[in-house]
Amino acid sequence: MDANIIAAAAINGLLLGGIYTLVASGLTLIYGVLHIINFAHGSMLMLAMFGVYYLLTLLGIDPYLSMFIMVPAMFLLGYLLYKGLIGRLSSGKDENILLVTLGLSILIENLALMFFKGDSRTILVSYSDTMIEVGPAFVPLPKLISFAVAMALCAALGLFIQRTDTGRAIRAVAKERVGAQLVGIDVDRIFAISYGIGLATLGAAASLMMPIFYVSPTVGHVFVLVAFTVVVLGGMGSFLGAVVGGLIIGLTESFGGLFLGESMGQIGISLIFILILLFRPSGLFGAKT
Amino acid sequence: MTSASASELKPIPWKLHLSVLAVAIAFPFVFPSSFMVNFGVLALFYAFIGQSWNISGGFAGQLSFGHVAFFGVGAYASTIVQMRYGISPWLGLPIAGLAGAFVGGVIAVLSFRAGLKGSYFALITLAFAEVLRIVSNSIGITGGGLGLLIPMKIGAENLQFAERSGFYFLILVLAAGSVAVAEWMQRSRFGAQLAAIRENEDSAKALGINVFAEKVKVMLISGAIGGVGGCFFAQYFLYIDPLIAFGTDKSVEMLLVAMIGGAGTVYGPLVGSVLLALVSDVTRTLTQIQGLSLVLYGGLLVVIIAFLPNGLIDLFSRKRGGGKAGSKK
Repeated sequence: MDANIIAAAAINGLLLGGIYTLVASGLTLIYGVLHIINFAHGSMLMLAMFGVYYLLTLLGIDPYLSMFIMVPAMFLLGYLLYKGLIGRLSSGKDENILLVTLGLSILIENLALMFFKGDSRTILVSYSDTMIEVGPAFVPLPKLISFAVAMALCAALGLFIQRTDTGRAIRAVAKERVGAQLVGIDVDRIFAISYGIGLATLGAAASLMMPIFYVSPTVGHVFVLVAFTVVVLGGMGSFLGAVVGGLIIGLTESFGGLFLGESMGQIGISLIFILILLFRPSGLFGAKT
Repeated sequence: MTSASASELKPIPWKLHLSVLAVAIAFPFVFPSSFMVNFGVLALFYAFIGQSWNISGGFAGQLSFGHVAFFGVGAYASTIVQMRYGISPWLGLPIAGLAGAFVGGVIAVLSFRAGLKGSYFALITLAFAEVLRIVSNSIGITGGGLGLLIPMKIGAENLQFAERSGFYFLILVLAAGSVAVAEWMQRSRFGAQLAAIRENEDSAKALGINVFAEKVKVMLISGAIGGVGGCFFAQYFLYIDPLIAFGTDKSVEMLLVAMIGGAGTVYGPLVGSVLLALVSDVTRTLTQIQGLSLVLYGGLLVVIIAFLPNGLIDLFSRKRGGGKAGSKK
């Protein structure tokens, strides 16, 4: 096969991986701190994408600018959702909270179906078709932007967790819940903030994705298994893992499509997910448990 | 996930089993319209595949998000042997059961050997179903994305009944069989061992229970029931494609009917499936709003986990006096 085609697929895969990284970073944060698997992650992303869609079609707000609305909005949604529902139910076995988030995702998806109908929608912006030459490949400008901004946001999130007081409190709670409480950290508030940040990353991801992807009430399905795969591949709760895992999964999808065809090509992600869980459940960077 | 309430541990009186059966037999005679019989078929079908989920997810506590894998493999297995080799769908029922059990066994051996439990087991079953969906979408023998259309040859010997009531009584027999399996789980030593595993795997191990073997066994049984359900479905609708056979929706529905009715109870899936069928019919007739029934169902799942961890059936057993409120953990 032509080396140029392979290089182009690699570039496309890496760019795609940037978005996956951002989506997965929220999931891994929620897991790392709250030790819950947020099955509603995909449907929350779908909700945020519809937010971006309507901000553009109703108010004429550019999808990238709508990030400044969607990020706080999704944070608030997450914060309130945790305080009102998830926090109250998250005691007990971890399967219970998995089921609650499953119930939530069914609820949200079908509410979206009621209000937005089942058809898929795309948006058109002036730069949708602008192509940029990157090495051997021509890539659409929105893909480049999404990659650059996603990586920058992941770095910013990492810095936030490392350097700020809230970030330190989040790390403290993630490591040692009871100890954090003893030194005066309001654990419940940190949980709510972490869940809020987890969803806020989806607000940013939605803004970056809308110029590239379509949105429909069931679009979350596509991303939920991808996000879980990135997270288990990188190691549950590991940030660096989410970045590396996201890029690997992006490449897997791109090469899978190239070598196995469009239909069979999707199998790579599910297989990686299964193989990692079976043979190396701690992932690439996760702590051994 | 759920813990048995006191009433469950008492065996269900034979009188109750017989009354449920009598009502089910009388149903198509009391409501002979094709609409109502179809309603009955679907309610019993979901009770049947819900029982498949319930046996592993409820009784043994092995939560699965990909139970559709067994259903889909059964549907394809019986349909392919029928269309390629002319094997009667009546034989297709046990073939589908074997195929479902095989896949259940493979998933169980791989996952339980790797020590996966709880949420991780739920997620890996989802991925297995997804792999099967992609494969069936990509290879020739399953007809790829176009699916398989079973030729219509009306006749009881082809498992294609001229009257819907024929299908009704077939699924009634199957559903009754699945209830019998659940009842046996409730009474048998095997069921007690699974309950111990569900409540605490480590202490079950300490009691000398071979946790791995028992969990594989329960997945074989659950897979067999799911597979048979797939064969029935394919024969009823005469069509199967990768999204119907391995889509997430059916996994979720299997889980929902069992969880909402009452996971780990004999009649939970039936209660859940009758309610699901009622809710979806009523909302469709009254409102035309797409998705409303599942909105109600998703909401109900959250409420159930919060307030009624043993499912709706708890409301009945409490009334009967024997049960204590669902004990939360």
